[in-house]
Amino acid sequence: MTPRSKALAEFVAEATEILDALARDLLALDERRGQEADPELVNGIFRAAHSLKGLSGLFGQERIARLAHGTEDLLDRLRLGRLLMDGAVLDALIEVLDAFQALLGEAARGTESEGLSARVEAMAARLASLGAPVEVPEDDPLERLELDAQVRAVFTEYEEHRLRENVRRGVALWRVRAAFDLSDFDKGLAELNARLKPLGEVISTLPSAQPGGAHGIAFDLIFGAQVDGAGLEAGLSGTPAELSPLRVRPAVEAVTHALVRAAEPVAAARDSEAAEGSPPPKRGGGRKKGPRAAATPLAPGVQQQSLPHLGEAAPPEPLEWPAPGAEPAAKPSDSLHALAPTTATELELPPGAAPAPMVAYLQGAAKASRGLSVAPPPPSSAVGTGAGSAPSASAADTSLRSLTQTVRVDIGRLDGLINMVGELLLIKANLQRLAESARQDGAVALSKLFGQELARETRGLERKLEALQEGLLEARMVPVGQVFDKLARLVRRITREAGKEIEFVIGGGDVELDKLIVEELSDPLMHLIRNAIDHGVESPDARLAAGKPRRAVVSLRAEQKGNHVVIEVSDDGAGIDEARVREVAITRGLITFAQAQEMGRRELLNLIFQPGFSTARSISELSGRGVGLDVVKNNLGNLSGIIDVWSERGRGTAFHLTLPVTLAIIRALLVGVSGRTYAVPLNSVLEIVSVQPRDIRTVERREVLDLRGQTLPFVRLARMFALPERPVSRHFVVVVGLAQERLGIAVDELHGQQDIVTKPLGGRLQSIRGISGATDLGNRRTVLVLDVAALLEEGMALERRRA
Amino acid sequence: MRVKVLIVEDSKASREYIAAMVEAVEGVEVVVTSSGFEALKLLPRHRFELIITDINMPDINGLELINFVKKNPNYRDVPLFIITTEGREQDRERGLSLGAAEYLVKPFLPGSLEALLRRYLKLP
Repeated sequence: MTPRSKALAEFVAEATEILDALARDLLALDERRGQEADPELVNGIFRAAHSLKGLSGLFGQERIARLAHGTEDLLDRLRLGRLLMDGAVLDALIEVLDAFQALLGEAARGTESEGLSARVEAMAARLASLGAPVEVPEDDPLERLELDAQVRAVFTEYEEHRLRENVRRGVALWRVRAAFDLSDFDKGLAELNARLKPLGEVISTLPSAQPGGAHGIAFDLIFGAQVDGAGLEAGLSGTPAELSPLRVRPAVEAVTHALVRAAEPVAAARDSEAAEGSPPPKRGGGRKKGPRAAATPLAPGVQQQSLPHLGEAAPPEPLEWPAPGAEPAAKPSDSLHALAPTTATELELPPGAAPAPMVAYLQGAAKASRGLSVAPPPPSSAVGTGAGSAPSASAADTSLRSLTQTVRVDIGRLDGLINMVGELLLIKANLQRLAESARQDGAVALSKLFGQELARETRGLERKLEALQEGLLEARMVPVGQVFDKLARLVRRITREAGKEIEFVIGGGDVELDKLIVEELSDPLMHLIRNAIDHGVESPDARLAAGKPRRAVVSLRAEQKGNHVVIEVSDDGAGIDEARVREVAITRGLITFAQAQEMGRRELLNLIFQPGFSTARSISELSGRGVGLDVVKNNLGNLSGIIDVWSERGRGTAFHLTLPVTLAIIRALLVGVSGRTYAVPLNSVLEIVSVQPRDIRTVERREVLDLRGQTLPFVRLARMFALPERPVSRHFVVVVGLAQERLGIAVDELHGQQDIVTKPLGGRLQSIRGISGATDLGNRRTVLVLDVAALLEEGMALERRRA
Repeated sequence: MRVKVLIVEDSKASREYIAAMVEAVEGVEVVVTSSGFEALKLLPRHRFELIITDINMPDINGLELINFVKKNPNYRDVPLFIITTEGREQDRERGLSLGAAEYLVKPFLPGSLEALLRRYLKLP
């Protein structure tokens, strides 16, 4: 590998990882469409785009860098609260992901298509104009937070924004201080974070600048708590954390200011909401802020701490609300206790409304209405069609196969392998010791004890080497879930494009398969799932008419069964029209009418895997790509896998893919003897000849074969395995060889070549001479694999005896 | 005796790329790490003459690392370079005000980094 191609491979590997992470977060966002976006997910996606930009910039991948730049920009605005995440934005991000994958594919191949370049330009331009801007209020709630300026100075813009959001929502803020040992502080911090996460948001983690002793280090975590002080303390019991509340000064001027400003647009905002009925999801984020802030339970400790400050601006005693049903007030609005009675009357607030949430509500509503009037978001239909559909359709063409050959190995597995190597080194040391003693004292070498010891070490060596081999094979194993996740993303898009309503269910994602198989599996699975969505599942209306729920279920499940993994792709759609399959198969000449009469239901259904078969009456955009199920069957065949279909009219269709767990594939010649089939590894087959009985001579009660003037040892497989022999006029002889040795093996029939996966025989069968293992043929038959090396040895032994 | 430079960057490919550039300067030994946490652990174990850090990282951000280094009497004289991508001016400003010596905007030219290294490490 040249340094350049190595650098490229590194780039592609890391970019792939980034895109995988990005896809996961996007999927999570997509699942919660319409809800307020989780800031952590948005930040995760931002980080992915940011990393991708830096990475592609360094490696001179300008197109990826350009698109990543636009994406990062958009996400930056989203995560800093300057833009609202809505459906159009999410759709655009999903399309961007597809474009990234296509770009990375071209980068890996070293090509640059003009179509894709144009798509990148169009997309980058679109990203820049996307989304409804959110007006940022002039007052900065952070000004009210009593936080050391030096601490604030180390916040990134994003951390500052999250802090601001928490203050704005009236969330109780805490400084959580914890000291750890320098050697394993990351573990301690991870533990602390795990405890804190369910209780609120960790806004920032600051290593304390004060030296924490020679071996210690202290951290300050800035934490926004969704529980009260007692709850937080209870949640952190047993950790080294010390809590201290961060005070927030009341927003006296800010609130009055806001009220005055809000007074005007409030009527308009109320009207527009009444007219629309339920609020559209995209503005939900902005509006939710008010009520949520008010609903947040107050941390008692915090309230107490902030009271002295309140005293400066407002009476310290809590006043009673004029309106019944008031919700507990959040900190920033405490000062309203004094203001509320007058301002509320002046504004003619509806009775029953709690002033505290109202302030926030007004701000939210004002924001929303202003946001809408200043810059209306582009109509979402324009986004969905136009530039949208064409690229995504072509993106659907891109393979889900990974661009990298990397396998991530669990550290536990790797440690196991390293341990094994350690044990092998021990055995080596023992053997060395034995060799040394034999060299120094020749007599020891001949002693029985010495022989036993040597044999024991050799056995140990053999066992460990086998375990090592097995361990290395295992290291190639990856969970099928890797492909399932990618498919889930695709399903969402195809479903939207096809106008169907589908619930996609995944199961058994943790079942492991050889990396190679998992990679090769993605395309056939994608095809089957597309078929299920496109042809299998009916439209929502048709389903309702048939008495089924609107939403169809498409499921993808993996299950391990012994040495095989069975993957099921099923849907609860209309099922396959069996009569139509028969009709098509006969008209296309795939079967005769007479054959059709004799065929069972399963056999008939499986005709759909025949080349050139398709029951789809109209070629749809989604599946009509000229690739039929025969290709799927072929792909699976290459993996030593088999596919089977079952379907019931009106109930649905299920495809079962049976695959070997690993691909220790060898190509084998299948031979028949007395009606039984055996496999001969093809790499040891030299030639196949047809001989007459007179070519076989017996020398010293042992049969040999004269072949072109040479004499070969000869065995009849039937005789060797004590099977009844058939009288034949001609023998097929498979000539096998390893190194210098040759052997002719007589068989009755030749069945052709096939790729096989050899499985070792267990238990007592292990000791059978001449058999190395067993293999499953596609038609669910198990055959034995000949051990050519052992057979040759046998032949040699006979020859030696003769000599 | 070669001088040690710490590189803190969570992107592996970027890290390797920067490390290769720094290593190309004669007399420099590179220690790399993917996270701020690891950097905190490495600081007491080596004597670094220079630290190059990214800002956007998952555990602690680069600004926090700079602050930690600059406030700690053991390390505060170690010059720090920030690596940023364009468009993050605020983070850059903060890094400089916290005491970072220089900032580099990705993608940067090998020559510019080399010149800065020579200047701060007082190499010929």
